Amino acid sequence: MAERTFRVWRGDAEGGEFKDYAVELDRGMVVLDALHLIQAQHAGDLAVRWNCKAGKCGSCSMEINGRPRLSCMTRINEFGSDELITVRPIKTFPVLKDLVTDVSWNYDQNKRIKPFKPKKKDADGNYRMMQRDVERVQEFRKCIECYLCQNVCHVLRDQDRKDAFVGPRFMIRVASLEMHPLDVEDRVPETRDELGSGMCNITRCCTDVCPEHIQITDNGIIPMKERVVDRYYDPLLWLLRKITGSGKKKASIDSES
Amino acid sequence: MSVSELQTIEHDVLVVGAGGAGIRAAIEAASQGLSTGLLSKSLLGKAHTVMAEGGVAAALGNVDSRDNWKIHFRDTMRGGKFLNQWRMAQLHAQQAPDRVRELEEWGAVFDRTEDGLINQRNFGGHRYPRLAHVGDRTGLEIIRTLQDFCIHKGIDTHMECTALDLLLDSDGKVAGLLAYWRETGRFVLFRAKAVVFSTGGGGKAWRVTSNSWEYTGDGLGMAYRAGAEMIDMEFTQFHPTGMVWPPSVRGILVTEGVRGDGGILLNNKNERFMFDYIPERFAPETADTEEEAQRWLGGDRDARRPPELLTRDVVARAITREVKEGRGSPNGGVFLDIASRRPADFIRRKLPSMYHQFKELAEIDITEEPMEVGPTLHYFMGGIRVDDDSQQTCVPGLFASGECAGGMHGANRLGGNSLSDLLVFGKLSGDGAIEYANTLDSLPDVDEDRVQELMRAATAPLNREEGTNPYLIQEKLQQIMQSCVGIVRNAEDLQKGLDELEELKEETKTVKVHASAQYNPGWNVALDLPNLIITAEAVTRAALVREESRGAHTRTDFEGERDEWLQYNVILSPGEGGRLEARKEERKDPPEDLEAIANATLEELEAENDG
Ligand SMILES: Cc1cc2nc3c(=O)[nH]c(=O)nc-3n(C[C@H](O)[C@H](O)[C@H](O)COP(=O)(O)OP(=O)(O)OC[C@H]3O[C@@H](n4cnc5c(N)ncnc54)[C@H](O)[C@@H]3O)c2cc1C
Ligand code: SF4
Ligand code: SF4
Ligand code: FES
Repeated sequence: MAERTFRVWRGDAEGGEFKDYAVELDRGMVVLDALHLIQAQHAGDLAVRWNCKAGKCGSCSMEINGRPRLSCMTRINEFGSDELITVRPIKTFPVLKDLVTDVSWNYDQNKRIKPFKPKKKDADGNYRMMQRDVERVQEFRKCIECYLCQNVCHVLRDQDRKDAFVGPRFMIRVASLEMHPLDVEDRVPETRDELGSGMCNITRCCTDVCPEHIQITDNGIIPMKERVVDRYYDPLLWLLRKITGSGKKKASIDSES
Repeated sequence: MSVSELQTIEHDVLVVGAGGAGIRAAIEAASQGLSTGLLSKSLLGKAHTVMAEGGVAAALGNVDSRDNWKIHFRDTMRGGKFLNQWRMAQLHAQQAPDRVRELEEWGAVFDRTEDGLINQRNFGGHRYPRLAHVGDRTGLEIIRTLQDFCIHKGIDTHMECTALDLLLDSDGKVAGLLAYWRETGRFVLFRAKAVVFSTGGGGKAWRVTSNSWEYTGDGLGMAYRAGAEMIDMEFTQFHPTGMVWPPSVRGILVTEGVRGDGGILLNNKNERFMFDYIPERFAPETADTEEEAQRWLGGDRDARRPPELLTRDVVARAITREVKEGRGSPNGGVFLDIASRRPADFIRRKLPSMYHQFKELAEIDITEEPMEVGPTLHYFMGGIRVDDDSQQTCVPGLFASGECAGGMHGANRLGGNSLSDLLVFGKLSGDGAIEYANTLDSLPDVDEDRVQELMRAATAPLNREEGTNPYLIQEKLQQIMQSCVGIVRNAEDLQKGLDELEELKEETKTVKVHASAQYNPGWNVALDLPNLIITAEAVTRAALVREESRGAHTRTDFEGERDEWLQYNVILSPGEGGRLEARKEERKDPPEDLEAIANATLEELEAENDG
């Protein structure tokens, strides 16, 4: 089959440059396959993370022709036959080497979120939850921690406010705990004060790139913002609902920040 | 560099491997207040466990109340062709339900039954719907639950840190290990009282495999070099359904859940060929007409299970035969059809990641067309030999659990029994390590000369002027194993494989990689090679010794199960002159109570639930 040129960023924290590699294509190849061929044939030390090669582990994130993607799920035949394919590391996190970045900041954010705290079990030792009640949590739990959403969120990417906002990945992590039918912890104050929910202005860029098609903004972040608004805007209402467990009001989002 | 300048990290218990087994072991050790370290080659949450799809097996009895641990135990023994270690199979079946419920307590959200309990699905070889699951991403749910739980337990996680070799003290007990940070290529010395290996298998020795780059048999190689034994290595599981097209995705797994949820296998004559391959042992429990199989799918509790859900060894051999005899699909597999069996929205809901996998990687819509599938090397039943209860190896202070340990699954593993194995034996290995560590007052001394020697050997490929490309050696190894130690084997091929492995060992001595150690995958491949070769050799030698066909091990020159061989496990150990030795070792007599359960009728075992 045809030969194709790949332009790959090579370098480390000190700096780097793009290098071109010619790759002999086989049917059905994805970008990660091409990088593996480059490793085997031209540049054994080309650094790239991967594990599953099937979109399940979230290791192989990079920017391919300007778009943040999983390289194991990006077919080469998506690109025009004379289109140059350019591959570079995700931008929001510091480069370690070539296509590998230091994503440890994300692991630190996870530790800041209060852990799951379950209510008591039923008398027979089981928990009972209805499928319809767990589905929204299951949506968030599909997250493979590829950090593509973190990479595109302008608060982290352009404003570099990692000090003020945990980013979309961890907003849905909080949401997955807060909406968990068994959880009894309260994470609303920290969502505003520490995790920085007010920094998000709902551009939905994160949702657009999520390979798991999680509705990060609409199903995760906005409901969390509403909870914050409810609590701090109208504490009486909050107390009332705590007692009666009803009367959810659609809150204005703007009033939070 | 002198050893005193080397970065040194000290722990009571050091767990190598952050998959399900390793994290579970670390949680156990840390919860007892021991200083615990957790090492992994990849980032946390990316281990193989994350890829598991179908589910975790546990006799919860939520969907069919006739189920209980004894039936799970019986299924496991029968699936393993009675070569499993009896006690391990017992512990596994008894403790799996608690381990699964515990995950729920830690935040896991399994799919639910109509009553709101954990839902369970059918899988090959399991008598009842037994696999707790979350769509087809069960492994992700399990590893994320463990990961999110463990970060609050005071465990020190050391990510992208690869263990190179164990260090023993002068008495021969574990003293720690030497490792390197992949990011910088710098060495780091870990001192510990006890070490747990949960490093997974060695599928990377084959060309067509569902396994990732991490599966290079590191735990097996390191344990072996330290004097530990391996067991049942001839039993390598070829999963019947890997993708076959396009070539670049060959081997990627198609979950058994597709068949569990109604998918059927067809040859190019549109025949449901599995009806022709029902082994005698399973005939009484398997449907023999399409009509009965259809009733089973419709929920008729009196109908028997369709033959597509026979154990993996049986299905993989059947597919191989169909293809060999010219009844295969265009790209050398067979057809797996769920499109004509279930409505599109059902498929998308129950098998979302299969739907996406085929859509995006093969441009096939599985709700409309059949998939093409064929066998792919998937799992090692064999592994490091451990004590049934403590998970300790014969090297004092070295423990093993998860896929890298052997004995639990015998000649063939049932689907779903790995995730449960990880949880049960991960915990037990943690317990074992704690108990052992508590008997030592101080950290054992490491042998500094040995450390120097290891560092010299590891850096040699970086310093050579010329030599062989490690990627090419790995490719050669994969060719050898694929052609000589495949799904059907014979003495001639196996011997040829061994000879070629010898040559490869020589070539490996001269590998050369790009000179910088900083995040250098070529160097990483070079350092993994010795482990991968030991693993490959262990499988080949064991396969040569076992002169019968049983479970996942098929010899064309010794067809059929031989009663005599039911008495033996094949054990591999370091022999004279550094040679890998394979020997048959007589099995202990089974405990009477367990033997009675394994041979009981289902009715007898089910009756216990009523009482
Ligand atoms: C695609 C796929 C689907 C599957 N589906 C199912 C299923 O539905 N049900 C089921 O029961 N089983 C399933 N399995 C099998 C099951 O997932 C694995 O057997 C299991 O996850 C292995 O877990 P583990 O904890 O032993 O090791 P892993 O999860 O593989 O973890 C191994 C760990 O060891 C680390 N490691 C290895 N070597 C070193 C070293 N030298 N230094 C430091 N760290 C090291 C790795 O980095 C990794 O963290 C599936 C497997 C695959 C590949
Ligand atoms: S919606 Fe919010 S979190 Fe998502 S990218 Fe925009 S600002 Fe960031
Ligand atoms: S939410 Fe989506 S984009 Fe963000 S880390 Fe998870 S899977 Fe990736
Ligand atoms: S390699 Fe796992 S998502 Fe790409």
